[in-house]
Amino acid sequence: MNLLVGALSMGLLLSLLALGVFVAFRILGTYDLTADGAFGVGAVVAAALLARGFDPTTASIVAGLAGGAAGAVTGLLHTRLKVDILLAGILVTTALYSLDLFLMKGGDIPLSGTRALPRTAESIWMAAGLPSEGVVLFGTKVSARNLATFIALIPAAGVPVFLLDRFFRTSLGLALRATGDNRTMARAVGIDVDAMFVLGLVAANGMVGLSGALFAQYQSFANIQMSFGNLVTGLGCVILGDAIARGRSLGGRILGVVLGTILFRLLVAGAITAGVAPNALKLLTALFVLAVLVIPDIVRSRFRPRPAGAPAHG
Amino acid sequence: MAESRALELVDLRHTFNEGTVHEVRALRGVNLVMEPGAFVVVLGFNGSGKSSLLNAVAGTLIPAHGEVKVYGEDVTQWPEHRRAALVGRVFQDPLRGTAPRLTIAENLALATQRGRRWPDLRRALSRPKREAIAAQVSELGMGLEDRLDTPIGSLSGGQRQALTLLIATLVSPRILLLDEHTAALDPKSAEMVLSLTEEVVRKLRLTTLMVTHSMAQAVRLGDRVLMMHRGKVVRDYRGPRKRRLRAEELLDHFNELRNEDLLDESAAGMLERVYV
Repeated sequence: MNLLVGALSMGLLLSLLALGVFVAFRILGTYDLTADGAFGVGAVVAAALLARGFDPTTASIVAGLAGGAAGAVTGLLHTRLKVDILLAGILVTTALYSLDLFLMKGGDIPLSGTRALPRTAESIWMAAGLPSEGVVLFGTKVSARNLATFIALIPAAGVPVFLLDRFFRTSLGLALRATGDNRTMARAVGIDVDAMFVLGLVAANGMVGLSGALFAQYQSFANIQMSFGNLVTGLGCVILGDAIARGRSLGGRILGVVLGTILFRLLVAGAITAGVAPNALKLLTALFVLAVLVIPDIVRSRFRPRPAGAPAHG
Repeated sequence: MAESRALELVDLRHTFNEGTVHEVRALRGVNLVMEPGAFVVVLGFNGSGKSSLLNAVAGTLIPAHGEVKVYGEDVTQWPEHRRAALVGRVFQDPLRGTAPRLTIAENLALATQRGRRWPDLRRALSRPKREAIAAQVSELGMGLEDRLDTPIGSLSGGQRQALTLLIATLVSPRILLLDEHTAALDPKSAEMVLSLTEEVVRKLRLTTLMVTHSMAQAVRLGDRVLMMHRGKVVRDYRGPRKRRLRAEELLDHFNELRNEDLLDESAAGMLERVYV
């Protein structure tokens, strides 16, 4: 049960990463590679602030702003300096690597003694007089800290998701979606598409940074490893989300990404329980994303319906 | 007086790929003055410069030389999105003028924002706005007001082009640009979009600049026809001459131009044979 609650918690906090990737790849329609760097810098900034005694809300919000700033730099490199978007993302991620090491003073930042989210959530749980030894769910025991953390993550992830959904219904959000959908049309109705592009990357990587902040707090430390492989993880979750919310409205697709991320984490938990080495997870994730990208094309070319009367081998 | 000039083009010149073998002198000194409410049709072959002319007005092309003025204001250097506050456009490709994954209502909500630099954080589709949009859409007479929440990408080319026309004119533009906007449609849709165009231009008294291949359209629409060739205006029919203009006459002029071109080529061939 701890594993399940853990998978759900991880799914919730990583859904912000996945939604960041969703905004960049699906809404803006661009290959923004900043996510890895934004996630790492979010983790490190939050950890550095917590280590200096800040509360988890402030630390997480500042971490989100740091991720947003990373997105702004990528966006400006692309729109102002005409750097290819792939290269812009790689440049920013690489530069952030040094910034992260600088903030960490070379080593990891442990969060065990700080007011990081799990500990704060647990102390609120205790203060509310809830059972300190945890709760028995479906016959197995879940620790107070795990359950309190999961409950705290519901608003921590839910509020940004809600705000994102609302944002896309505003005039500004609509302008951003139009920019990703049809630039020619967007320009023709007077939308500054470059500004929208930068704004979109700020929103996307802001959420990724926030996700990194929550991830570091959940793991109770921050290190440089957290800068790797997040983009592919996010993409995997987005793909699962697409499958869940096929053909639905934008709100449904956003919810689909959240559910896709939770499903993704459940699959990961299942794989680990089944004995898959945790070190192999990134490889498996990469293979999964590759398979989803490639297989539909292969299937289509193999089993393409032929026009009536056409020879089977033409 | 500036008010009498809705659009003024002064000596527009532009060359693509200057100094290379692919050099194209798209605009070679084009001048045009349009009074408010004027409807000018621009005819020409591919490569005559008529699209470049339109793009220079839209802001897609910043000409190397010359001025574009809208009601006396020099907008030559304005970027496209800023120009959109003054200029409404309908493209040749019906897919270009609408955002496919956005719904009909959302596309039109964007059109109501035309000219505002930064859209705000209010709900894009408030109830009154939605109702206003439904009323506008129902005027098209296509029944699309019942499908406001349908992604626009699932509509036909003709439907999308009709909606693009609505998007371009929902907030009345100072200048309406039509870029061969029926050329990619089937005959029935083309006729539908064309009569909608006539209707909206008349109703809103729009100053309209239309580019077309179709001589029939040039004869039918507008109060002035310009024929462009190799980056220049070579014929200008207006007033009574435009009203008397017939497609056959235009065709004759076109053939003259074509013959001049052929002559040029054969002359070039002869020179090549003699001298190379």
